[in-house]
This record gives sequence, structure tokens and C-alpha cells, in this order.
Amino acid sequence: MKAKIHITLKAGVLDPQGKAIEGALTGLGFTGIGNVRQGKFIELEVSESDPAKARSQIEEMCQKLLANPVMENYEIEVLG
Amino acid sequence: MKTAIIVFPASNCDRDAAMAIEQATGSKPAMIWHGETSLPDLDLIILPGGFSYGDYLRSGAMAARSPVMAAIKQKAEAGVKILGICNGFQILTESGLLPGALMRNSGLDFVCGMETLQTANHDTAFTKALANKPYVKFPVAHHDGNYTADEETLNRLEGEGRIVFRYVTNPNGSARNIAGIINERGNVLGLMPHPERVIANHLGGTDGVGFFKGIVEMGNTK
Repeated sequence: MKAKIHITLKAGVLDPQGKAIEGALTGLGFTGIGNVRQGKFIELEVSESDPAKARSQIEEMCQKLLANPVMENYEIEVLG
Repeated sequence: MKTAIIVFPASNCDRDAAMAIEQATGSKPAMIWHGETSLPDLDLIILPGGFSYGDYLRSGAMAARSPVMAAIKQKAEAGVKILGICNGFQILTESGLLPGALMRNSGLDFVCGMETLQTANHDTAFTKALANKPYVKFPVAHHDGNYTADEETLNRLEGEGRIVFRYVTNPNGSARNIAGIINERGNVLGLMPHPERVIANHLGGTDGVGFFKGIVEMGNTK
């Protein structure tokens, strides 16, 4: 079973990299850009075939390693 | 005092820390590879600066889950002193031994240079000997030193005197100018600046000498 995990900085946590990207986009002439936030995208496969079980397994992975709950949120997408 | 330095793949201040310990104690610390699962009887464990596991995912994230960390957590619970410097501080926050997290510097630049730090709490096992030193000069060299935590945690750290070192001029955007914090029990200290890099005049300073000697003296009088 394949899964996609999006890890993003929590709202309110300053994202200096997002700010730099925003500045660079503005520098390229793009206008009206705001709130650029940079995150991480992780793709993985698990042998578990039950989507609910796979999700809870990945949830645990996010809690224990993939995300830092102090500053990050995560979203799990389990693909069939 | 029985001391050990944990060596992770890409630690690069482990030998500097070993020199500082040897200078302060007169004997060499044990150098312990991160793959070890048990630790000998120890009074002080140093998690050194540098990098670890390429700092993949987040600085210190992989190292915080390495085999040796379970044993380090047990030692911390037993009251053994743990000192995390730079990447070692990041490993301590990632492992949950210290609260908060160290994010990318607010200016995005790798910061490298001498910083003046206020010793904000002299009443710890790591800083009692610095009682006559309201300020120390330790160098910094890091990309992810921007300390962050929720307001409640920051207020608690501040209220309980657990902010041990503060930058006089904030180089990285760190909340409340935090350069170093200690755990509730007072035996786990993490700081971004490098005291082990200022242990001789030819290295640019000697404020690290008193810092390490102080930890040893406190350890011997306990």
C-alpha cells in the first residue's frame, strides 16, 4: 500500500525559507504572492493491505520520527 | 569524574570536547560510538557538535533515534549529567530530553563567529562555577539554532530559570534570545554555542576552560 505524507510548519511558526522563496518570486516579477510556506513530502510503501491499519502505522511513524510535533503538522494520504 | 563523549557519524567537535574534558579532569573521556546500546558507569555524557547522519529530515532527528539514545535516556533519568553542544542540543530536543525545537536560523545564513552570552542562571550544576562571570564568550557555528517552543513552554522555561544562556545580540532569531536551556531536574543542558572551542588562547579564547572545570568541580562536590 502506498502513502503520501505532507509535512508542513504549524501556523504561527516563522518559516524563513518560505519567506526567502517569496522574496525570490517577487524578485522574478511575480506579483500578489503571499504566505509562502515550505514543507516536506514523503512517499512510502507499507506491506499492510488494510487502509485503516496502514494509516495508523504511518501515523505512529509521523509521531515518532517523520514530523516534529513541536513545530510541524502532517497529513497522511493512503493510496489504494 | 567519569566522562564519555558520544560519537555519531559526522560528529566533528567530539575531539575538541575530548580535549576540553582532558584539560578539566586530567583524564581522557571514553569515546562511545552511537551504535552502542549500553553505557558504562558515568558522571557526565557529552553529545558533541558537528552533524549526525547528514542531519537528514531535521537536524539531530536521526541521531535522536540511534541505538545509544535509549541508554542515554536511562542515564538522564538516573541523574547523570548530559551536556549537548550545538548538534548535541538539537539531538536533545529531538529526543525529547529537552523541550522545544531548533529551526533554521531566521536570517537563513549559517552563522559563525564569537558571541557574548549572558549566564542567565548561575544556580545549576553546569554554571555554579561561573558565578563571578555574568557574561561568557563562546563561538557559534550553526544553521539551525533558532530555538522555538510554544509560549507556554517559553514562559515556563523563563519562570523556572531554565534559560541558562542568552545571546546578548541574537544571531539566529532564537525565541527570548535563548542560547542554552536546562531540563526540569537540572541535569541535562543543551546549548548552541561551543565552549569546547575556547579552551586556549591560541584558539581565540579561554572562557570554555572555566565552564568545563566548573562542571567537573560541581560533579566532584556533589
